[in-house]
Amino acid sequence: MSMSLSVRLQLTLRQGEFTLTVDEAFEARVLALYGPSGAGKTSLLEAIAGWREPQAGKIAVGGRLLYASARGINVPVARRGVGYVPQDGLLFPHLTVRGNVAYGLPTTGARPDAVDRVSAILDLGELVERPVSTLSGGERQRVALARALVASPAILLLDEPLGGVDAARRQRILPYVSRVRDELNVPMIYVTHQAHEARAVADQVLMLDEGRVVNRGSVDLLPS
Amino acid sequence: MTAELLQVTGFTLGVALVATLGVLGPGVLCAWILARREFPGKTLLETAVLLPLVMPPVATGLLLLWAFGARGPFGGLGVIFTWRAVVLAMAVMGLPLLVRTARPAFEQVPRRYELMAASLGASPRRVFWTVTLPLAGRGVVAGALLAFSRALGEFGATIMIAGSIPGRTLTLPVAIFTAAETGQDGRAAALLGISIALAFSAAWISNRLVRD
Repeated sequence: MSMSLSVRLQLTLRQGEFTLTVDEAFEARVLALYGPSGAGKTSLLEAIAGWREPQAGKIAVGGRLLYASARGINVPVARRGVGYVPQDGLLFPHLTVRGNVAYGLPTTGARPDAVDRVSAILDLGELVERPVSTLSGGERQRVALARALVASPAILLLDEPLGGVDAARRQRILPYVSRVRDELNVPMIYVTHQAHEARAVADQVLMLDEGRVVNRGSVDLLPS
Repeated sequence: MTAELLQVTGFTLGVALVATLGVLGPGVLCAWILARREFPGKTLLETAVLLPLVMPPVATGLLLLWAFGARGPFGGLGVIFTWRAVVLAMAVMGLPLLVRTARPAFEQVPRRYELMAASLGASPRRVFWTVTLPLAGRGVVAGALLAFSRALGEFGATIMIAGSIPGRTLTLPVAIFTAAETGQDGRAAALLGISIALAFSAAWISNRLVRD
């Protein structure tokens, strides 16, 4: 049985003209953040990861308070236990695939076999010794996913993992996300603007548009 | 090349290397602070670091002489007119070049890589050593090479605080000056040739590093 995670998001985040306002609590194995580009999906992920500080509000993951403006709480990025896979993967260009994947090992005290285990689940086998610059879009996503997982996060944030992958290869990535969900039991927030992707991996959905939550509930709410 | 020319060349390369290595730590720290931190007095630090580049080297030398001379606050160190004075002059003159080359290199490291490293659990120290510094590495090495080339050519400050004691503080540029002054044209030409070859190599490598 997979773990589901409770997440509490109550925040206001302003960037120039744009304002993101969210006040939600949910419990899900995989929550899809669904909406058009510019809806504020990435900003929300960055707020949870601690990359961007909201103007005010509260963020709690699995009952642990990561940010609470009223109480002056703002847990440093390195201690949030939030795994983040940005849209571009953001692999360290000066390290090999192995160097990237193993980066989260020493400081988190994860089991040394974590690299092998995660690499096996994501089929990284032949990629491991390659320089990062030679990877395709899909390969980058798998490596970025593996790197985040090796640090054993309490929650994994995936920002449009299929965004930079060409159409023909997209169907090859989704099964990996499902395997991570089912075999590693890591709760996830999965950002997408594709309803079919959301249905394939998520159980709950939060629909965002222009910085506001417009609907929420089971993935059955999504247009088909 | 005579043994004496060889000694002068070896000595100059040696002290320039020591000066460059010595200035590497403070220079990199300074470049990183200027690139990544906002604090009161930042402009003052920026200007102070730049000063040796814009001041007459002889004036910088005089300042150092006052600071490290017998009656100066650091007089007790006994630096003046020793090989360590040469190192000091070279380091002070090389620092601005290192900082000015390394700073933009640090500024060009995307913060997102640093945030990603932190998200993977890395402490700020680890982020610096494993992500920021390697990604700014070329600029730092190029800056160090520039500082090294500058050190090889250091004259004004050196003559003020180290003099030109053969076998003890005599460097290539000072030796060229003395040779030319005293009409030893052959010796001056030989020293000049060595200087050009060394400076050219260092500048060439530095350019290569910055470009590709």
